[in-house]
Amino acid sequence: MDTAQPSRARLGLRAVMITAVAILAIFPLLNQLPADNVFHVSDFLVSVSGKWICYAILALSLDLAWGYAGILSLGHGAFFALGGYAMGMHLMRLIGPRGSYGHPVLPDFMVFLGYQELPWYWLGFNHFSFAMLMVVAIPGLLALVLGWLCFRSRITGVYLSIITQAMTYALMLAFFRNDMGLGGNNGFTDFKELLGMPLNTGAARISLFYASLIALVASYLFCLWITGTKYGRVLTAIRDAESRVRFLGYNTTSHKLFAFVASAMMAGIAGALYVPQVGIINPGEFSPGNSIEAVIWVAVGGRGTLVGAVIGAFSVNGLKTWLTSAAPDLWLFVLGGLFVAVTLFLPKGLVGLLQGRAK
Amino acid sequence: MTETSKITRRVALAGLTTALTAPAFRPSFAQAAPIKVGVLHSLSGTMAISETALRDTVLMMVEAQNAKGGLLGRRLEAVVVDPASNWPLFAEKARELLQVHKVDVTFGCWTSVSRKSVLPVFEELNGMLFYPVQYEGEEESKNIFYTGAAPNQQAIPAVEYLLGPDGGEAKRIVLLGTDYVYPRTTNRILRGFLNSKGITDADIMEEYTPFGHSDWQGIVARVKRFAGEGKKTAIVSTINGDANVPFYRELGNQGIKAEDIPSVAFSVGEEELAGIDTRPLVGHLAAWNYFMSVQSPANTEFKALWQAYIKNPRRVTNDPMEATYTGFNMWAQGVAKAGTTAVDAVRPAVIGQTFAAPAGYTETMLPNHHLSKPVMIGEIQADGQFNIVYKTPEVVPAENWSRFIPENANRRRG
Amino acid sequence: MRPARSVMKRIIVLVLLLLAAMPARAQDAFLTALPGLGGGFGAQVEAVERLGALGDPRALPALRALSEGRLLRLADGTLLIRDGATQVNAATGAPQQAAEADTQRININNRVRGALRGALGQLQIISPDPDERFAAAEAIFRSRNAANVPLLEAALARESVPRVRERIALALAASRLVASDPAAKLAGITALGATASPEARSILLEARAANADVLPQIEAAVADIDRRLAIRRVAETAFQGLSLGSVLLLAALGLAVTFGVMGVINMAHGEFVMLGAYTTVIVQDLARDIPWLQPWSLPLAVPMAFLVTAAIGAAMERGLIRHLYGRPLETLLLTFGVGMMIQQAVRLAFGAQNREVISPPWMQGTLMLPFDVPVTANRLWILCFSLVIFALILAAIRMTRFGLEMRAVTQRRAIAAAMGIRTGRVDALTFAFGSGIAGIAGVALSQIDNVSPNLGTGYIIDSFLVVVFGGVGSLAGTLIAAFGLGVINKMLEPWAGAVLAKVFVLVAVMVFIQRRPRGLFPQKGRAAEA
Repeated sequence: MDTAQPSRARLGLRAVMITAVAILAIFPLLNQLPADNVFHVSDFLVSVSGKWICYAILALSLDLAWGYAGILSLGHGAFFALGGYAMGMHLMRLIGPRGSYGHPVLPDFMVFLGYQELPWYWLGFNHFSFAMLMVVAIPGLLALVLGWLCFRSRITGVYLSIITQAMTYALMLAFFRNDMGLGGNNGFTDFKELLGMPLNTGAARISLFYASLIALVASYLFCLWITGTKYGRVLTAIRDAESRVRFLGYNTTSHKLFAFVASAMMAGIAGALYVPQVGIINPGEFSPGNSIEAVIWVAVGGRGTLVGAVIGAFSVNGLKTWLTSAAPDLWLFVLGGLFVAVTLFLPKGLVGLLQGRAK
Repeated sequence: MTETSKITRRVALAGLTTALTAPAFRPSFAQAAPIKVGVLHSLSGTMAISETALRDTVLMMVEAQNAKGGLLGRRLEAVVVDPASNWPLFAEKARELLQVHKVDVTFGCWTSVSRKSVLPVFEELNGMLFYPVQYEGEEESKNIFYTGAAPNQQAIPAVEYLLGPDGGEAKRIVLLGTDYVYPRTTNRILRGFLNSKGITDADIMEEYTPFGHSDWQGIVARVKRFAGEGKKTAIVSTINGDANVPFYRELGNQGIKAEDIPSVAFSVGEEELAGIDTRPLVGHLAAWNYFMSVQSPANTEFKALWQAYIKNPRRVTNDPMEATYTGFNMWAQGVAKAGTTAVDAVRPAVIGQTFAAPAGYTETMLPNHHLSKPVMIGEIQADGQFNIVYKTPEVVPAENWSRFIPENANRRRG
Repeated sequence: MRPARSVMKRIIVLVLLLLAAMPARAQDAFLTALPGLGGGFGAQVEAVERLGALGDPRALPALRALSEGRLLRLADGTLLIRDGATQVNAATGAPQQAAEADTQRININNRVRGALRGALGQLQIISPDPDERFAAAEAIFRSRNAANVPLLEAALARESVPRVRERIALALAASRLVASDPAAKLAGITALGATASPEARSILLEARAANADVLPQIEAAVADIDRRLAIRRVAETAFQGLSLGSVLLLAALGLAVTFGVMGVINMAHGEFVMLGAYTTVIVQDLARDIPWLQPWSLPLAVPMAFLVTAAIGAAMERGLIRHLYGRPLETLLLTFGVGMMIQQAVRLAFGAQNREVISPPWMQGTLMLPFDVPVTANRLWILCFSLVIFALILAAIRMTRFGLEMRAVTQRRAIAAAMGIRTGRVDALTFAFGSGIAGIAGVALSQIDNVSPNLGTGYIIDSFLVVVFGGVGSLAGTLIAAFGLGVINKMLEPWAGAVLAKVFVLVAVMVFIQRRPRGLFPQKGRAAEA
């Protein structure tokens, strides 16, 4: 894995990352080219790659927890969704009187469910800064509580995975309830604007695209920095032999806790950027299947290498977008087969292939 | 590393790179400029159970239209995508249909949330969507035509029937539903309606369950208890597709007979009943705008077309399929009238179109983008079909903004 | 003058017809009431009630045929009863064959069905068959009518079978309650108050409005019933919880082997359950044409489902999973992919729609346990079935050579190999065993849930939780966890609603695992650390 790599291969991976980011960065420019130009990037590809960038951030965050700290969370989708919900609440507040009932404060779904006033937990979300704070605070807090409870009682491996899965499942059931005051199954849709920008314009899409790209680069650099420090090395050591690290006198609980919370916050940011781009957030995002898919991106790309997570998110999602149109009846076979093939033949993921070449 | 595993890796890599660089997003160049019909129904995931039949219906219609020489002298071409019961994916696929495949019209969605998810996309890119399922109303978009029922075309007439002499003159009502927006809104509307009929909140029991709920023992037992308070009780069910089979099994097994506690359902049709032995359920009711058992020449033609297309004489038709069929025909008529497939020209041309629907009535597309439809109530029979015990003499125009929701009081009615 | 003549002609014909009908009406109320059965719903109700009150046994076949949808009408109004391939005239009982195209089936609605139930009850109370008399008493009890009092009194006097007597007495009490005689009314109230029947309670409550004079007696009787029902309700909730527990147990047992014993995270477990359910469908489809096999199709599906899913499990273990031992989290990924493929393959092969599964008669309806606790037959069978399967698995692991080898391999693989156990073969068999159990669970679940490609997805998370909660590797833990969670869930449900109850249970399990990370029954020793 990372630490054991020859530095040439490592630099090669970074070069891949830099190239990928550079290509993505000029996507919106290529979009301006005439449609018959070979390098033209369609509107659709721009909007869908904005979504993939968010997935890539989620994959990075998961890789930090799983690939470096050995915490296989099967509930990372929950942190992603919570970040998304915080953003969604902000976007709902911004609709104001433009809803179909014209109520100055209450969102449409509250009006037709007969709410008289805004529930207390909606207060403050009309401020962008408060909402952004919540985007990281809520997932972070949940991760802190869950992580503290689990790591303290030394729950590891499969047990931890199943607890995190139960967590996201319980959250999904809870958010499905209309009585939660969070839109139930429909969640939030029909957003109008963000920071004064109408959302259904090309300019907004490009701004969000760049915002996501910047967040991706920042997350990548953050992870790169973390994993390079002494703290990061201890983390990797915990992943490989937790008991030994503990016997050496390190407080493994706090080390893991920090990584888990940081990872949850990153996932929250990814979710917050994702929601305005896809235009909907609903409890389906909490479904355990989504979290497992995120794990699969990381595994396909290559666990324990940051670039791998990013590559995995892009390739699996790209494949899925293409196949659900190109082979609507057969795409599950292709994707399922890919997961099987990767685990059997590419234990280090796609990145393993690249590294093999570099050697 | 052994030689073989190197080779497997190479092969895998080559496969992946071709997969990724293949002509995924290159704009397709129109050859003979066919008219493109988008089909946006889930073919996998939880909703596939209901939506695949609608995909097949649209494909059948496209084939039938081409056999008639297409439209405006052009061939129709269906573009099928799989949004996989995943709501954000619905929005993405809608965008792809409109931007990449440049479809002229789309037929799709089943759940309200999927429609809500694609609505901004259709509005932004000025597409045209035909939505074929009964829903809670409280919506109107210039880019969507709603060919299923609004609440006043299904829920209210059905409850009126239960309160009447033929329905058993119910004095207490149990509102059972899956916890999502359609049952919540419908039940709010029904509560308003029941209150206006003198049934107080003490005589209304309301309960919600999650999607795919399979353990109904407790709830059915509570319904029995609620019904045992000495007043004639009826169940109004807005339980969603998947959960119905276990619900009806429990109802049958706990011996709730339609003569004692009749239930009327708004989401149970011929397709859902195909999965259950209906003998213990004879007499329970469903309200729709179409039943397969309707006797009309248009229905005979529709059923024959479907069973020939699907190559199975036992496959059933149901209400959303009929709504798809009617919607498709109205769109085709609108295109013929407008002489183009351009959305802005077809939209006004579709409004006011009439069609002799399989339901046996002539339905009209109203300016509010909803249909006027007949309301029918059917009793479940032992063979899984419905025996129509009531139908409105005339079609009922859709009220998408319900008069039983106080916030709509100031809204003009179309 | 032609029109006038034709009018005359018609009048003459009409008079002749009336004359012909006159003696019939005078002599035979049966024949006059009968044609009403072919009329509108209102006319049907009237005719049914008249025929029931007549007590004429000739009406019985026609009424039965009407309630079962076998009554046909010809264009001239003649009513025929279809009996298999033959048809008989409803009025005369003589065979009368008519072409399919000429006949129209007579439909009824709930109101007619209710009237039919009462009328059939009145007619069948004199039947020689005690089961029919029992059903008739039940029907009269539900349709309660003051006019039935003399009929029931007579029936009670000649009845000898105790359980039928009891039913008739109850029906009599209910009928007396709606009668006008105050003494009879009081007798009725007392009789109803002595039961533990919710229906009797409902009848008493309904009678409150019309009987202000005996209101205190009614209230006292209701209170009596309530006291008895309270005990019954606890038993009911307990059964519901056990039943939910048995479903959880069945779904989790296969996983308790593959995950609990072998440590393989099999995300395709739900798909094996689904395959078991589809095997049931196939077996039933095949048995459809073989009459003697039909009632046995469900029991036959059990071994078939085991074999099918076990074979697929063995193939999956040998082909894929064995390459990944020691990397449990990667098997998760692999099996998730396999699950996707199995699900889509089933969807393409069988269609996305629900498939119909037939419940044999012994799995339908409600059974009465002692103390009048009603339980649904299918759930009772599934509960027993889950316990039997559990016992068999336990026996297989504890008492057979295969079980011994299996335990040896999972505890100390190297030493087991050194002792001459073919570990690869044992791995494959163990995985096949676990998969087969999942298939068996599918047979049972097909009786309460949808048989669709999504069947398994709903059970996978619950199954993992049950196994973890019970303690990985402990079958007894799985048993107790499943029943415990089921009962707790059902106890919470009336308070919190179905969704919140489930959320509470999930949170409770999570908190519990924090406190006891190895579950209810932790494995001891070094194996637990692996």
